[in-house]
Amino acid sequence: MIALEKRPQPSRAWAMATPVAAVLATMIAGGVLFVALGKDPLAAIETIFWEPLFGEFSFYYRPQLLVKGAPLVLIAIGLSLGFRAGIWNIGAEGQYIMGAITGAGVALAFYPMEAWYIFPLMVIAGALGGWIWAMIPAVLRVKFGTNEILVSLMLVYVAEQLLASMSLGLLKNPEGYGFPGSRNLQQYPSAYNADLIEGSGMHWGVVAALIAVIFAYVLLNRHMLGFHIRLTGEAPKAARFAGVRPARLVLFCLGTSGALAGLAGLFEVSGPSGQISIDFNAGYGFTAIIVAFLGRLHPVGILLAGLLMALTYIGGDIAQSQMGLPAAAIQVFQGMLLFFLLAFDILTNFRIRFGKAEVA
Amino acid sequence: MSVPLLSIQGLTKAYPGVVANDHVSFDIQEGEVHALLGENGAGKSTLVKMIYGLVKPDSGRMLLRGEPFAPAQPRAARADGIAMVFQHFSLFEALSVAENIALGMEDPPPMRDLATRIREVSETYGLPLDPFRVVGDLSAGERQRVEIIRCLLQQPQLLIMDEPTSVLTPQEVKILFETLRRLRGEGRSILYISHKLEEIRALCDHATILRQGRNVGECTPSETTAREMAEMMVGGILQTPRRAGREFGAVALDVTGLSVPSPSAFGTALKNVHFAVRRGEVLGIGGVAGNGQDELLAVLSGEIPADADAVRLNDVPVGHLGPVARRRLGLLAAPEERLGHAAAPDMTLTENALLTGSVREKLERNGFIRWEAARAFAERIIAAFDVRTPGPDNAARSLSGGNLQKFVIGREVLQDPVVLVVNQPTWGVDAAAAAAIRQALLDLAAQGTAVVCISQDLDELMEISDRFAALNEGRLSAPRPTAELSVEEIGLMMGGAHGMEVAHV
Repeated sequence: MIALEKRPQPSRAWAMATPVAAVLATMIAGGVLFVALGKDPLAAIETIFWEPLFGEFSFYYRPQLLVKGAPLVLIAIGLSLGFRAGIWNIGAEGQYIMGAITGAGVALAFYPMEAWYIFPLMVIAGALGGWIWAMIPAVLRVKFGTNEILVSLMLVYVAEQLLASMSLGLLKNPEGYGFPGSRNLQQYPSAYNADLIEGSGMHWGVVAALIAVIFAYVLLNRHMLGFHIRLTGEAPKAARFAGVRPARLVLFCLGTSGALAGLAGLFEVSGPSGQISIDFNAGYGFTAIIVAFLGRLHPVGILLAGLLMALTYIGGDIAQSQMGLPAAAIQVFQGMLLFFLLAFDILTNFRIRFGKAEVA
Repeated sequence: MSVPLLSIQGLTKAYPGVVANDHVSFDIQEGEVHALLGENGAGKSTLVKMIYGLVKPDSGRMLLRGEPFAPAQPRAARADGIAMVFQHFSLFEALSVAENIALGMEDPPPMRDLATRIREVSETYGLPLDPFRVVGDLSAGERQRVEIIRCLLQQPQLLIMDEPTSVLTPQEVKILFETLRRLRGEGRSILYISHKLEEIRALCDHATILRQGRNVGECTPSETTAREMAEMMVGGILQTPRRAGREFGAVALDVTGLSVPSPSAFGTALKNVHFAVRRGEVLGIGGVAGNGQDELLAVLSGEIPADADAVRLNDVPVGHLGPVARRRLGLLAAPEERLGHAAAPDMTLTENALLTGSVREKLERNGFIRWEAARAFAERIIAAFDVRTPGPDNAARSLSGGNLQKFVIGREVLQDPVVLVVNQPTWGVDAAAAAAIRQALLDLAAQGTAVVCISQDLDELMEISDRFAALNEGRLSAPRPTAELSVEEIGLMMGGAHGMEVAHV
């Protein structure tokens, strides 16, 4: 018989090892999946993990890593603050969309004027857009005790409808020959979030993501607010006893994660994507949930996890085009990562004991 | 001598790092009330869990009426006529008594028949109980009856009771003892676990004393003094806390007309509570669990806001302030629940020291944490209160109950409070740690702090408090000097038998 036994205190070794173990287990289980699909598992895994970094076209893929990783990290950092406190913002995707709409809206309002302050204003507008969208579930929870998981998730679909309406109506490019979608901000220098070093993939969003990592690290490890966030997640009653006001924490955590998601949307729409369009959102807001957990809700962990997740995205695309793997297989592969992570996670707090001889 | 009902022979059970039971042997005769006596952590719970089939022994054996007995699970133990009433009730508050009992049965009869049987049993044993009442409305004593009747419906030969009186008023204890004596009269045996010596002397025929997992002695309680038993239990001379002659100063904490609605569906509303505590005074607040103790602590700590003027500290209204502001003014508190309320289980002792110490010990500067200072504060608590732990980096949950409680109380005591409110300061704590904690509270009072001690342990309150008041359904009786109170009066202050009576059959 196998039994789980609670450890007297969480194992640090396992807390560090679980992400690695989860990645390895995902490779194995993913390999089995690829075999079942009739593909060479080693080649598939090599394509996903090796090709983008060291393959023939890595000069193209490496910048992509930053481009795809930055929004994931930025959003996941915000989410992790709430997740640490037991405040579940599942609607980052919606906040991401809203940040993009408000940010792009500011840019398009100034078009075609050129001025240095346009981009900073867009950044503020983007953060504000995401923040406002996240304040809806926050205020509803604080005032009426609604469930922020449901409200934030449902607001994603509202945001998607709004996005479609914007690309077909208010923000539609008047010179776009009737096609849906806004003007391309890449052709509007004052609003374009270009690579800071040409061809590096390093745009302002990457900088913002790095700043967010440092900010979150300092907050959680050095500041009373971060201590209160962790305390609320670990022992809500103890947090109240310590003097934490739960309502304020809900507003802060949801607000911050919304603002960061909004920023991610703004940097995406003004940079790599360039325009508001019906299918602007690519699921970063949901994938960031996996990234947050894969990174153990720890800022540095999230940075690494964001890059890893970006790698599987890029590698997955390559595997799709080169090996003909179905897109669903790649999604299953990514889902496995979270699944294995949560499964291995139990070893941080529990040890496995194999049954021993029965008593005579 | 006849064959004992249950013979325990050399039972041993080890957990990683600790031997819970080390070759424990004793016999329980038919028709006997057998006491199992020992401090917390002496191995009483492990032993009864083995008898009840919840834990398997590593070695040793049990004989039931001379036959080998090794229950694989509680169901097997029940089938052999062993029943157990746990210290913590497992009842659903939203369901009725009969529904709760049916849930625990393997093969419940129709509700009407069950209700009839519940009535029969409750009348036979003097435990009146309406099968159709909702458990959420019952007092702790009545809930315990539900558990006892649930057991009695199985017609057990051996009834195990784990600390049954910790939730009862003195009057309710009397009723319980009547019932237990009646059961003994029918030839049933009872294994009675407790650390309350006077109760054991009043009720039990025989006592087995455990210390650190070993059987260290047996005695006939009626022929042994409580002190002798206590010293066997502790294995040394027991220190009784000393009270220095104290001068009471000005009123430090003044609570006037405090009324607060219940914070949850099954909580208790506080109704027009009045009391005042002076500097250097210990006010003891007794009462059966669930009569507003947790709410009173939360209102005083600032977790539940009240009217500004309902709570005054040194004549400053503080009722509307939160916990941080109250700490700044010197009103500190230590709640009952160590893990999860007073301390965060998975956080280190350093982080837990920061939890309440941040303001008064200046462990933060402009919102930034001074970790070295927090660590030093944790080390100061550990040293001053003899907390047994490898160091301040260990998680709170890795400490034993007594050690963590010393840490939690020490954390507040060292912050030099003006008023300290504690709830159940020695609940589930071994005798040595309990004595240390009580002494610390008395020393604190001697230094001029006003101490409010909320407790369900009457002996404790008699020992340390200058005045005594009781909480009953959210109302507080008028405080009276402890010295002039008798146990009967205290029982009546606590609400008597909560509407229960011994059925005079």
